[in-house]
Amino acid sequence: MLRYTLLRLLGAIPTLLLVIVLAFLMVHAAPGGPFDDERVLPADVEANIAKAYHLDESLPKQFVRYMSGLLRGDLGPSYRYRDHTVSELIRSGFPLSLQLGAMAITLALLAGVSAGTVAALRQDSLLDRVIMSFAMTGISIPVFVIAPVLVLLLAVKVHWLPAGWSGSAGAAKFVLPVFTLALPQIAYIARLTRASMIDVLGRDFIRTARAQGLSTSTLVRVHALKPAMLPVLSYMGPAIAAILTGSVVVEEVFGIPGLGQFFVRGALNRDYTLVLGIVIFYATLIVFLNLLVDILYGVIDPRVRYK
Amino acid sequence: MSLLEVSGLSIRYAGAAVVNDISFTVDEGESVGIVGESGSGKSQTALALLGLLPKQADVSGSVKLGGEEIIGATEQALNKLRARRVGIVFQDTMQALNPYMQIGKQVRQVLLQHQLAAGDAADRRVMEMLRRVGLPDPERQFRAYPHQLSGGMRQRVMLASALIAEPDLLIADEPTTALDVTVQAQILELLEDIRDNTALLLITHDLGIVAGRCERMLVFEKGRLVDAGPTTSLFASPGHAHTRALLDVAPRIDRGTFPAPIKASTILSVEAAEVVYEAGGSAQLRAVIDVDLSLRKGETLAVVGESGSGKSSLVRAILGLIPMHSGRVVYAGEALDGPVETRSIAQKRDFQLVYQDPVAALNPQMRVQSIVGEPLSVHEPSLSSQERIARVITTLQKVGLDDNYLRRYPHQLSGGQAQRVAIARALILEPSVLVCDEAVAALDGSVRAQVLALLRTEQNKTGLSIIFISHDLAVVRSISHRVLVMYMGHLVEFADCEKIFAAPRHPYTRALLDAVPVPDPVVSVRVAPLKGEVGSLLSPPSGCVFHPRCGYAKEICSERAPEPRDVGGSRVACHRADDIELTPQHP
Amino acid sequence: MNLAGNRTVAVSSSILLFVTMLAVVGPWISPHEYLTTDFSRILLAPAATNMQFFGTDDLGRDLFVRTMLGIRVTLLIAVVASMVSLVIGVAYGAIAGYVGGRVDAVMMRFVDTLYALPFIFLVILLMVAFESNFFLIFVAIGAINWLDMARIVRGQTLSLREREFVEAARLIGVSTPRIILRHIAPNMLGIVVVYLTLTIPQAILVESFLSFLGLGIQEPQTSLGALVDAGVNQMEGASWMLLIPATLLALILMCFNFLGDGLRDVFDARRKS
Repeated sequence: MLRYTLLRLLGAIPTLLLVIVLAFLMVHAAPGGPFDDERVLPADVEANIAKAYHLDESLPKQFVRYMSGLLRGDLGPSYRYRDHTVSELIRSGFPLSLQLGAMAITLALLAGVSAGTVAALRQDSLLDRVIMSFAMTGISIPVFVIAPVLVLLLAVKVHWLPAGWSGSAGAAKFVLPVFTLALPQIAYIARLTRASMIDVLGRDFIRTARAQGLSTSTLVRVHALKPAMLPVLSYMGPAIAAILTGSVVVEEVFGIPGLGQFFVRGALNRDYTLVLGIVIFYATLIVFLNLLVDILYGVIDPRVRYK
Repeated sequence: MSLLEVSGLSIRYAGAAVVNDISFTVDEGESVGIVGESGSGKSQTALALLGLLPKQADVSGSVKLGGEEIIGATEQALNKLRARRVGIVFQDTMQALNPYMQIGKQVRQVLLQHQLAAGDAADRRVMEMLRRVGLPDPERQFRAYPHQLSGGMRQRVMLASALIAEPDLLIADEPTTALDVTVQAQILELLEDIRDNTALLLITHDLGIVAGRCERMLVFEKGRLVDAGPTTSLFASPGHAHTRALLDVAPRIDRGTFPAPIKASTILSVEAAEVVYEAGGSAQLRAVIDVDLSLRKGETLAVVGESGSGKSSLVRAILGLIPMHSGRVVYAGEALDGPVETRSIAQKRDFQLVYQDPVAALNPQMRVQSIVGEPLSVHEPSLSSQERIARVITTLQKVGLDDNYLRRYPHQLSGGQAQRVAIARALILEPSVLVCDEAVAALDGSVRAQVLALLRTEQNKTGLSIIFISHDLAVVRSISHRVLVMYMGHLVEFADCEKIFAAPRHPYTRALLDAVPVPDPVVSVRVAPLKGEVGSLLSPPSGCVFHPRCGYAKEICSERAPEPRDVGGSRVACHRADDIELTPQHP
Repeated sequence: MNLAGNRTVAVSSSILLFVTMLAVVGPWISPHEYLTTDFSRILLAPAATNMQFFGTDDLGRDLFVRTMLGIRVTLLIAVVASMVSLVIGVAYGAIAGYVGGRVDAVMMRFVDTLYALPFIFLVILLMVAFESNFFLIFVAIGAINWLDMARIVRGQTLSLREREFVEAARLIGVSTPRIILRHIAPNMLGIVVVYLTLTIPQAILVESFLSFLGLGIQEPQTSLGALVDAGVNQMEGASWMLLIPATLLALILMCFNFLGDGLRDVFDARRKS
């Protein structure tokens, strides 16, 4: 088990390195400097700025400088938020994004797995069909469509819930963003759970367990749930990535001052260091969460563990 | 009142009856066998006894267990009966046990569910049960997962979970079909020893198993119960034509004439063949070790052995489907080596293969005419399509199929028809060597007999040489001229059919023969089964690989591997081949 | 199931066909141009008069024509990008699967590595670093989507290659290209078609997401994502600007998803029968 974990950990390093190199190269291969669209500056001022940001150095040198900073947790200064480093910005924006994301993924798992299990146990019933129609709708409507439409319907038209973030207080302001973020994942997880639960319930060992007189609830709890959760667990990696992507939209639409908003603003303002920093931060997060999922998979499936 | 009373049981799917108006009883402590071919409805009946049929099944009639009606009972009522009153073991234990759960916990769940024991007491009872079914080291194996156990051990676990709640009736649905013959003997023996006064309903396609173990038998045909009575009297005088037919096609290891040895020249010879698989890391798995064989023209050579014997690896290496690590193969005076792709077109033409599972061996997207015609398009590309079709039709006729089958897809064929198509594809090029890899193992008795007859006819007509890989010694006896017995990659014994069956020289050959059930209650004698199971190929035993299971093993056997040598006309790899007397346990 | 699958396929493909036809023909029939601004007619609600079925936007441009144009762009990008990922994915997967051994291990290790990348963020970075254009969008979407296809094709090839009927063909002496063409490809076709169908909505999502963020299709060109983005800015006064493109986008995505699901049911049923 320890060996398996260490191997996985080792395997994550090239992936991360690849992300960093790719992202770094992309930013530095960009045509034109980061300040091109500003007022034309006197040559000496421009040189000073370039020097301050080490843009006068060769690319490998800049990369080494960036990497050594990265290892110390220093992602350099932001080009636009002049008084802040990228690390500071990430530290200020991430807690809120993390809170949103964690709430969304928890909601998605609870709602998705329950809905999927119910649908599987009542296969082909009306309830099953209703759940699955909702799920199909859920996976088909992108977050950037749901978010504004829900704001329009529930906040602008009927004022049930606050439309924005600032000014409103309490738990109510979390409802729409978290739900919006979770909805596609609820739908996807429900479909996944239903399919794998139906598959597992059709397996021979379930028939054996039924032959032993196990009640349906025991059957699901003791025998079916664990194997049926394996595909859902595998999906956690992509789900986390999707939630991060979605948070970019949700934070933009609801005006939430999280990391996603920094990212969009940074992207639109061509704040290269900020965008680069956040991409690397996200990548690290995703790679390590994927790693966690892999290890969990090994815990659940004995055949993976002993390989 | 009988323990189990089935009356007028019918099972329909979408209107089509798979079980039709069946009635029978099982008394307390009695052992009853149900025999029938595939599709006879025997397994469906077993499931109905436990209320385990799928929702789509339309069940009518009555099944009473100890007076309680099962058909139409609520799930709660059924759950009280299951395991407590009636337990069941299934055939495919890899699927029938939960792969994600430790086996001890799976057995314990039965006790917990029925509130028979809890906590440490439950654990203790599970371990006691595991010990009783013969699982070595139950304390440790409690925590094992199914994939870590052998098939035989898994079936023991299955049996433990079926019996731990001490039911009145045990249903065993083909409990040994997936197992090697020596392990089958152990499990059948265990079944008899352990059930005490529990009644047994044993479902099988193998008349030999029923003959030795059941007091009464029921014969199913196409969903109907056609014959029933005490086992001895039904075998002696079948009440129904179908029982007669089943008996006629059941191969017998104890009687019948041996095919006369063929005195023709050798066309294929193999010397010192070795097959080695990489087994992760630097580990190597030696599947075939230093095996010699020869094949004469017009001869059927059987290669027999249990799982892990290397019989398939040996033949696949000869065919060039997997690499032969070392050794020399000579065919018609020329060396035969390298992968099949690098061999000459003539050599490819001369070797053909028939698989066990005909459906898997036929491309599901191709019609029969393309499947059977494909070898011609490769080897005789000059043929016009009419000529090709004509040849396909002739060949299909040879295997007993008319031209109605030309445009069918494989999924539109029965197992027997599909196997005939596969044979037609192999024969259309008129090869000189046909390899049959368990080619009749998946077929029902009647179809198997037809396919074997077809192979014999073809051989007599064309002088075809056949390598017949099989685990079924009774079938081997009826068709082969010579037999090669393998164990854990080694040649154990190689001799004429008659010598192997009438006077085996190797203790393993003797044990294999003794383990085969004979479909005759008069002859069928319970023998002490061979102990233990086939060892691990990754860490084979020292010396003679068979010595840990051998009743005749001496010191030398664990120290030095025996070289094959000639003893009384047989080639035997045993240190004691000429100083032991191997008496048959069948009279 | 087969029947249900067939019905799903029929309904969803008819809707898709209709929407596509409308997108192709609509702009010809309409008297309006997608570029023409008319400041006397801004933010008009949908009406049959003057053939402005979807109303106008904040620049007075006709939204029907712009929406149809958006559908064209969205579908075109998605279909072409999916074809690109199909070609790359099938070639890559088939080579890895058929050659097997070390080559397969290395090739799939590479795919696994890419899989763990947060692609969408790299794509955004790409769009930030370089000016967004059609070609970049193709590259970005293709880069994401070929991975799935490669994995599926590789898995299928690997398992088909081990199947006995392929071995039987080797033994007969059928050449490798013919084995791939006659024995492997036809047995893989169904699943590839299903995944291709499911790749298209993925591609639509990526494109419209980028356009929504203002990083994809640039004005005056438009796509459904860009229209939704514009609609969000005007939603309080002119909700149709949001609701119409949002509904059409959801409808198209849903149809592709249903089509993929339906096709899978049909192929599954065929395999089982």
